[in-house]
Order: sequence, then C-alpha cells, then structure tokens
Amino acid sequence: MKDTDIKRLLYTHLLCIFSIILSVFIPSLFLENFSILETHLTWLCVCSGFVTAVNLVLYLAVKPNTSSKRSSLSHKVTRFLKCCIYFLMSCFSFHVIFVLYGAPLIELALETFLFAVILSTFTTVPCLCLLGPNLKAWLRVFSRNGVTSIWENSLQMTTISSFVGAWLGALPIPLDWERPWQVWPISCTLGATFGYVAGLVVSPLWIYWNRKQLTYKNN
Amino acid sequence: MRLGSGTFATCCVAIEVLGIAVFLRGFFPAPVRSSARAEHGAEPPAPEPSAGASSNWTTLPSPLFSKVVIVLIDALRDDFVFGSKGVKFMPYTTYLVEKGASHSFVAEAKPPTVTMPRIKALMTGSLPGFVDVVRNLNSPALLEDSVIRQAKTAGKRIIFYGDETWVKLFPKHFAEYDGTTSFFVSDYTEVDNNVTRHLDKVLKRGDWDMLILHYLGLDHIGHISGPNSPLIGHKLSEMDSVLMKIHTSLQSKERETPLPNLLVLCGDHGMSETGSHGASSMEEVNTPLILISSAFERKPGDIRHPKHVQQTDVAATLAIALGLPIPKDSVGSLLFPVVEGRPMREQLRFLHLNTVQLSKLLQENVPSYEKDPGFEQFKMSERLHGNWIRLYLEEKHSEVLFNLGSKVLRQYLAALKTLSLSLSTQVAQYDMYSMMVGTVVVLEVLTLLLLSVPQALHRKAELEVPLSSPGFSLLFYLVILVLSAVHVIVCTSAESSCYFCGLSWLAAGGVMVLASALLCVIVSVLTNVLVGGNTSRKNPVHPSSRWSELDLLILLGTAGHVLSLGASSFVEEEHQTWYFLVNTLCLALSQETYRNYFLGDDSEPPCGLHVEQGLDGATPAWQDGSACDALERDKGHRSPSPSQVLRGHKKWMVLASPWLILACCRLLRSLNQTGVQWAHRPDLGHWLTSSDHKAELSVLAAISLLVVFVLVQRGCSSVSKAALALGLLGVYCYRAAIGSVQFPWRPDSQDISKGIIEARFVYIFVLGILFTGTKDLLKSQVIAADFKLKTVGLWEIHSGLVLLAALLFRPHNLPVLAFSLLIQTLMTKFIWKPLRHDAAEITVMHYWFGQAFFYFQGNSNNIATVDISAGFVGLDTYVEIPAVLLTAFGTYAGPVLWASHLVYFLSSETRSSSALSHACFCYALICSIPVSTYIVLVTSLRYHLFIWSVFSPKLLYEGMHLLITAAVCVFFTAMDQTRLTQS
Repeated sequence: MKDTDIKRLLYTHLLCIFSIILSVFIPSLFLENFSILETHLTWLCVCSGFVTAVNLVLYLAVKPNTSSKRSSLSHKVTRFLKCCIYFLMSCFSFHVIFVLYGAPLIELALETFLFAVILSTFTTVPCLCLLGPNLKAWLRVFSRNGVTSIWENSLQMTTISSFVGAWLGALPIPLDWERPWQVWPISCTLGATFGYVAGLVVSPLWIYWNRKQLTYKNN
Repeated sequence: MRLGSGTFATCCVAIEVLGIAVFLRGFFPAPVRSSARAEHGAEPPAPEPSAGASSNWTTLPSPLFSKVVIVLIDALRDDFVFGSKGVKFMPYTTYLVEKGASHSFVAEAKPPTVTMPRIKALMTGSLPGFVDVVRNLNSPALLEDSVIRQAKTAGKRIIFYGDETWVKLFPKHFAEYDGTTSFFVSDYTEVDNNVTRHLDKVLKRGDWDMLILHYLGLDHIGHISGPNSPLIGHKLSEMDSVLMKIHTSLQSKERETPLPNLLVLCGDHGMSETGSHGASSMEEVNTPLILISSAFERKPGDIRHPKHVQQTDVAATLAIALGLPIPKDSVGSLLFPVVEGRPMREQLRFLHLNTVQLSKLLQENVPSYEKDPGFEQFKMSERLHGNWIRLYLEEKHSEVLFNLGSKVLRQYLAALKTLSLSLSTQVAQYDMYSMMVGTVVVLEVLTLLLLSVPQALHRKAELEVPLSSPGFSLLFYLVILVLSAVHVIVCTSAESSCYFCGLSWLAAGGVMVLASALLCVIVSVLTNVLVGGNTSRKNPVHPSSRWSELDLLILLGTAGHVLSLGASSFVEEEHQTWYFLVNTLCLALSQETYRNYFLGDDSEPPCGLHVEQGLDGATPAWQDGSACDALERDKGHRSPSPSQVLRGHKKWMVLASPWLILACCRLLRSLNQTGVQWAHRPDLGHWLTSSDHKAELSVLAAISLLVVFVLVQRGCSSVSKAALALGLLGVYCYRAAIGSVQFPWRPDSQDISKGIIEARFVYIFVLGILFTGTKDLLKSQVIAADFKLKTVGLWEIHSGLVLLAALLFRPHNLPVLAFSLLIQTLMTKFIWKPLRHDAAEITVMHYWFGQAFFYFQGNSNNIATVDISAGFVGLDTYVEIPAVLLTAFGTYAGPVLWASHLVYFLSSETRSSSALSHACFCYALICSIPVSTYIVLVTSLRYHLFIWSVFSPKLLYEGMHLLITAAVCVFFTAMDQTRLTQS
C-alpha cells in the first residue's frame, strides 16, 4: 500500500463531502425559499442525486477495482440494471425497518421513503460502485478481517458510521424542545448525513494513522 | 459467610427496598391535614372566650365586605408592581399602593412555584404536596376545604374567568365561568382578551358576590422572552387599566350597598431572570398582594411599606372578609391590617377564630403540641381575652379597656405567627436527612452488587460475604459511632420535622447498623477484589471471553436508559426508549442468527456482517438470503457446524423469528398510544373500545384467548389444561357479562352485571392451577430425581399467572398477552436454545421485553394511566388489600410474566446448574441500577419545574417496580433452593 493510494482516497472523499456541501448551496441559487429544514424533501432529493452522481463519476474516473474483464455492452447494461434493482430493494427494506422502528405507516410515507433513499445513497450506492452487484463481495467486506484494500476499509467505515448516525439521530425526537429539526425524519436524515461525512473524514485519517499495521491479503 | 449469588442478590434487593422506603417517606412528607373532612359539614364556630359570665356572641361574625374581586395575574413578580416597572407601567396601581385606600404586601409562595399548587395554596391556605395528587388519583378536583367551597356552602355566587385549572379544581362551584387553556404558550393577547371581554357585562350586572379573574398573558410573555422584554411593559399597562376599570366600577357601586367592596390583586408565583418558574429563587417566590377597599382609608402622609407575608395567609383573610369559616387545613394567619379599622371586640374575635383553627390543626398533627410555644401563647391570650370580655361587658369605653385590648391583640398576633410558622415547617420541605439515609443505603447496596459481579457470575455462583471479618470490626464500630453522632446532631438541631428522627431509637439504630455493616462489607470486598486482581494478573491463563455485539448493546442500552432518566421528556416518553432498545435488540439477534447459520463459526468471515447494532443490523438480511445460502453450500462439506443439524423449515424459522418478533412489537406499539407528546394520536385500542366496534373487539378477544390457550397448554399437565380452558372461557364470559364483548348468539344483550360470579369462577381456576403447580414443585423436591415434574410445576405457575392477567386485562389488551406468549415461544425455540446465550444475556433480554410490555399494555410514567378497574374484578365493593394487589399485578403483568417465564426457561434448560442464581443476580442488578441512579437524579432535580408532574410519579413507579423485583427475586431463590436440595 502506498501513500499515493491514501492520497487518492482522501481526495475522492473530499469530493464527496464537497458534493454534500454543494447540495446545500446550489439549489438556493435556482429555487426560492430553499432551506434544509423547510424544504427538506427537496434537499433530500438533491443531496441524494449529488452524492450518487459524484460516486458514479469517481467510479468511472478512478476505478479502484480493475476486475471487470469482460466488458461487452450487454454485460454492462445487465450490470447497471442489477445495480438499480439492488438500490431499489435496499430502499424498500430500509423503509420497512423504519416502520418497524415506529415510523408512521401511512402518514409521512414519502418522508420515510426519502429517508430510506438517502440512507441507501450513503450506504448501498458506494457498495454498488466499489463492489458491483455482487453479494458475496459485500459479505466479505462487511465481515471481520475480510477487507482487501483501503478502499474497502473506508467503505466499511463510512457505511457503519452512516448507520450509527441515523440511529443516533432518532434519539432527540422525543425531547420537548419543539425545534423544527426534531420532526420525523429530519433529525435522522441529518444524523445519517453527519455520520456519513464523519466516516468520510475519519477513514482516510484512520488508515493513514494505522498504515503500518494494516496489511491486506491481495496488496 | 458463603452465600449463593441468588440469595445474596435477594438480600440486597430487600435492603434496597428498605432504603427506597425511607427515601420516599422523606421525599413525600405527610401533609398537615385536619382530620375532620370537609364533607362533614360546618361545625359551630368557636364562641368568644369569656371569664365568668358566658359571652353572648357565639355566631360567626358577619362579613366585612359585600363583594370581593380577585385579580390573579400569573407570574406577577413583586417588583413588577412595587419596583420601577410598576411606577412606569402601572401608574394607577402605584397610586393606590402609595396614596390610596389599600394595604400592600409581598406574599411569599412556597416551592414548587407552579400554578396549580399555588392556586390550592391561595384558596385552601394549606401547602399542597405531591401526596395530595396521589390521594385524589383520578379526580383532579380539590377535595380539601377551601374558601371557594365555604363560599358556595354559604350561598354566595361566584363567577370565574381565566385559567382552566380553576374549573378543574373546583368543578360545579362557579355560578358562571369561562376557562381558557394555557396550552398555547406563544399566545399572550388572546388568553387575556378572553377574560377581559366579560368584564363590562359582569361589573354592570352585580348579581355576584365573588369574582375571580386569572390572567395568563404575563406568564406566557415570561416564558417566551423573559422578564426584561418590552412586551412585559405593555402587558402591565393592560393589567393596570383592567384594575382601574374594576376599581372605579366597584367604587361607583358602593353607594348602593351598606358594606364596602374588596379588590384583591395578587400573583400566584414570580418569574426568574430567565422567565421560567418552579424553583425557589427570590424572584420566583415573591409576589405582590394588594388589598384595595374604601374601608382602608388612610390619612395623607401615612406611608405603608409592603410587609412580607405568606401566600397561605390569603385564604384565612378572605374567609374572614366574607364572614365564612376559615378553611380547616389553612396554615395561614389573618392579615391584620384588613380588620384594623373594626371595633376592638371584633378584632379580637377574628384573631381568636384564627388561632383556634390553627391550634386545632396543630393538635391533630403534632403529638407534642402542648409544648409548642405557639400553643402556650394561644392559651395565654385566650385567658386574657376572656378577662377583657368580662371587663368589656361590665363597662364600656375606657382607657384601661383599650390598653388591655391592645395587649391581648399583640399577644394574639404573636401566637398566630408562631403557630403558623410551626405548622408550615411541617410540610413544604424535603426531609433531606431521611432522603440522604435512604440514598446512602441504596447506593451502598448497588456498590456491593457491582463489586460482586465477577464473583457472582463465576461458574460456582457463590460468593464470600465477609460479614464477620474481625479486621473490620473496629471500622464497623467507628462508623456506627459517627452515624449516631450525626443522627443526634441532626435531630436536635432540625427545625422542621424529620421522619427518620421521629422513628424509635431501635429502628433508627437498626438502619444505622445496617448502613455501617454494608460499608464494612464493601470495604472488605473491595480489598479482596484489589488483592485478588493482583494475583490473577500474575497468572494470565484466565479465559476472558470476547465481548459480542449483543453484550455491547446490552451495556450501552442500560447505560443510555439510565442516563435518559435525567431528562423530563425521556421520562415522559420512556416507552419510546424501550421500544427502540427492544427493536435494536431484535436486529442484533437477527444479525447473530445469520452469522451463526451461514458461517457457523465466529472466526470465519460472518455473513450477517455488521459490527454495529443500529438500524442497519438487518439491512442485507433480505438481500443476502441466496448468496449466503450459496456460501453455506460451498462450505457445507468442509466445516460441519452446529447449524448443520438444523435443516429445512426450522432453519428458516430461526432466520425469520427476529423479524416476526419485530412485526409483533410494531403491532403492539400501535395498540396503545402512551406517553405525553403522542398520546392523543389515534390508536387501535381506542378504535376497538368505541361502541361501534364491539363485534371486532369480541372476535379479537376470542382469538387472543384461543392463542393464549394453544401456547400455554403444551407445557401443562392434563388437569391444569382443562382448568386453563375453563378459566379462559370464564374470562370471556366475565367480559361479556360486564358488557365489553358480546356472544355471537346474543349480539345485543342489554343486561349488564358486575360479573362477580364469572370473575370468581376464574379466580378459582387461577388458584387451582397455582396450587397444582406448587404441589408439583414440592413433589419434585421430595422425589429428587424427577426433573420433569419441576419444569411442569413452574410452567403451571406461569400459566396460572397468565390466566390471572387475562382476567385483569381489558379486552382490547388481550392481544398483548397473546403476543407476549408468542414472542416468548419464538425466542425460546428459535433463538435462545439454538444460539446458546448465557444466563446473564437471557435475563437482560427478558427484563427488556418485560419493560417494553409494561408500556405495550398502555402504561406510562403518569399516575393517571394506572388501570384501577383491575382492582374491582370480582369484588362487590372496594376491599383494600385485594384491590391493591390486583391493581399492582394488573399494572406490572408484563414484567412479572416475563420474569416467571425466565424462571421456567432457565430451570428447563439443564446445561448449567448455576444458571438460576446467575439470572437472579443479574435481574436484581439490572433492576437496581435505574432505581438507584434515579433517586440521586431526583434529589438533585428536586427544584425542577416538572418535579411534581413528571419526576415524582416516575419515582413512585420505580419504587413499586423495585418491590415487584424483590418478590421476583424471592421466587427465584426459592426455586434455586429446591435445586440445591436436589443435588
């Protein structure tokens, strides 16, 4: 493992963070009365779109995985469709989990679903970009000692921190402060976003810090 | 002394119960109450004392004023009227205070400075405590004697406009009222306009005797923007104009009536520098009190500075002013300037009435009342008064008479002051000494429990309790000496009454011996641990098992829950905490099952994949099914894992069971909305109980009872199976008899009885099943080898409790029971048995589910949600002991059923002989951690705004829960003992 790799990782992560920051500021140029809290759903869509776009661009530009040997067009198309299906499935399963956690079943369904979308954006989309629609690889990455590169290591960290952020984001909902951000699902989406950003920031640093100890099988 | 860890834990919990009891007694001081209830009608007023010839004045003095108007402005601080703000914004009031016919005072409110207790203090003259709230559990109406009640009895017409609290406190007392809610704090104009709009009409009419106006706007402004906001000035000007309007109207009316009118301006509590209230700072406690009447005329140049008085004095003064008997529980004294203008004889008469009332209250509440200086003064002034009356009746108008009279007067005033003071110190203060003693005992027990965790959870499940270690005997006696010295010092110096000091020396000494013995045990255990830690560090062979994610979740969850108890919202919404934790637990369990079933071993890359316990635990659970399956087929022939034994549908059940449980929890959650913030949301329970859906409710209840039968009968002997079936039928018949469900063949029967026969029929079966269970247990103890019999006996006891719960639960809650049994069955079959959790983990899971079910039943941390109807099932009239027991069981059915299932499950598992004692220890520990932390939190938050509304009810719930835990632990230990005698 080289320092250049870590540097590349850091730059890609910075780009991701930048895309989130942009998603806050750019829409206010085009839309009137745009703010994260009041037009939360718009922001969720925009943010999800931006992060997905950046991930895709990075995937095409950087290509940390050089595994795809067959690159026929039909293969690519099926791969892409598979990715879309996986993404939708993850959205729906997140939605179900949120409802099981106590989210209202009928009212606010759109809000809940968009929360599922943004959480999928932070977790499933990077997985799909990095590992492709290959569940075996996913399982390998998310198990103990199954990581084979710094990319996968950082993927693991950002995913977990997004989940933890969303989980922690639910805690302030019962408090009686009557703040606008306590409304479902704003605190959770913000928590997930902060968790994702924290994961993006921390993982390169952590990898840099532990670069001596980290050894990967394939590198 | 060697003790099994179960026995040890039970002893600890028992001691803890004692500590909590002392704490609660200190936290909720018994209120000063007159034993004569208000309903018993008016007793004749005390006659005028007289030496020699009897006095001719035995009736109640006639009223001093014809009409009384009380203007109560919420959160009116004293400097809003008497300070610079008053001069600037309330010119008319300032004029009245400085030059007009008025008397002004600074009335001191006692904490909690919250509106409802303060209204009670103003109108009853007593100091309301939390015990009052508990005493009139379901009726918010005031049961005590009050000025309003007396005025109503005397036939006065009372009109009220303002805060709704009054209407709730005094239902049917007002001839006319219009309540405004104080719910919308951000509104500060509309609430007051709602009051003022009635004024013109009412003042013109004049067909009333008492008019009460409660203005909320100022308080709302304080909450929004604090006492220095410009809005305050506007509001004060508005209030000033209201006051002027009332005053001029009263003055113009006065010409028609012989008696003058009285206008009272007061505040219920003040406002702190941040604009809130509830605590006991000077700004919150001091309120203005201005009495305005043409009777208080003064000469120019007569400067009256506002005197400091108590808020409770208002009730006595109002009663005298209206010619009513003083409320029986009043601890206040008459504001003397009000009667100053009257003839000497009347003045003395009023003071006498007041002192007689106070001394009666003192006699009823203080055992050694004769030694009280106030009482002595009262006796003396009564004698003097008698002499004066004799003189007065003999000759009139003399210098001597006047001088003697003023001497009696001074004597009376001194007596009043002392009496009032000694009565009000009885209440309104936390008895800190008792609280500290209780806290110390509880914390010592908790420390002991925590310190003995490694020893108690060791395989042998035994621990050394160094009770008789001679090395610490010196320490023991020293601690006893110190504690006794502290006790003597505190008890001799305390001005207020203290429960712990009031105990007999033997009892207090017992508690002190206990506390010091605990301290010594802690010290010796601590040294043992430190020494032992050193030795064990030398031989590092100690196999330390790795912490799984589940353990981490359990630890974090417990810590998080305990910490959340410090925030009032989290206490109100505690059910959310438990639902969240239980859901996360299910996800963690599902992750564990996936890992176990697809990978078999921990060291290999697990399939279930997530290190954290969050929302994510099961993300890939559905996506990964096929891949994991493939992975497993790959490895199938290579690594035979325990999961290989399970095949086919059983495996899928194992994988699906956490999700089934999650779905059950979600359904139950929407059955009863509880808490505060979302309690008004529509829920299934309300839908079912509405009369239109009786058929649905009947079907649901029947299905639930059927499920209960199917799930319970499999472990029972045939006799109890039959008893259970009949019992459950009886439950349905009982519900049909009282009219909450219906039979299909009698869809609209109207005859509704109390269902006494049906309920007693069920009780017989409950007792029968419990008896069979106990018999089996005893038999298993005699025939040592019969292990199966014991399991059956335990299950029978469990099913007896289930049957009792089925009887006590309301029909719409029967699904809770059915789901609880379903979840228990699923967990037992598919999670605990295959995954081989250890006893501690299983105990904590049972505890969490028990807590969640407590809230699924519709309980909350508010006293009002206790279902008292459970106490009347099968009883004709209210019989205290069975009613209390049944209500307690009905309320805590969730935790109790899960605990009894825990006992059964661990006894039926034969893998470890010490599982039961481990479980008992864990159960005791996990229950005592929140309660011990909570009493510390409550002590530090005792001046919090919500202490009476949120924290105190929760404290009662925690105390009750600890009592239940103690009972559960005793049951555990009994079961453990039978096991020991077997082996």
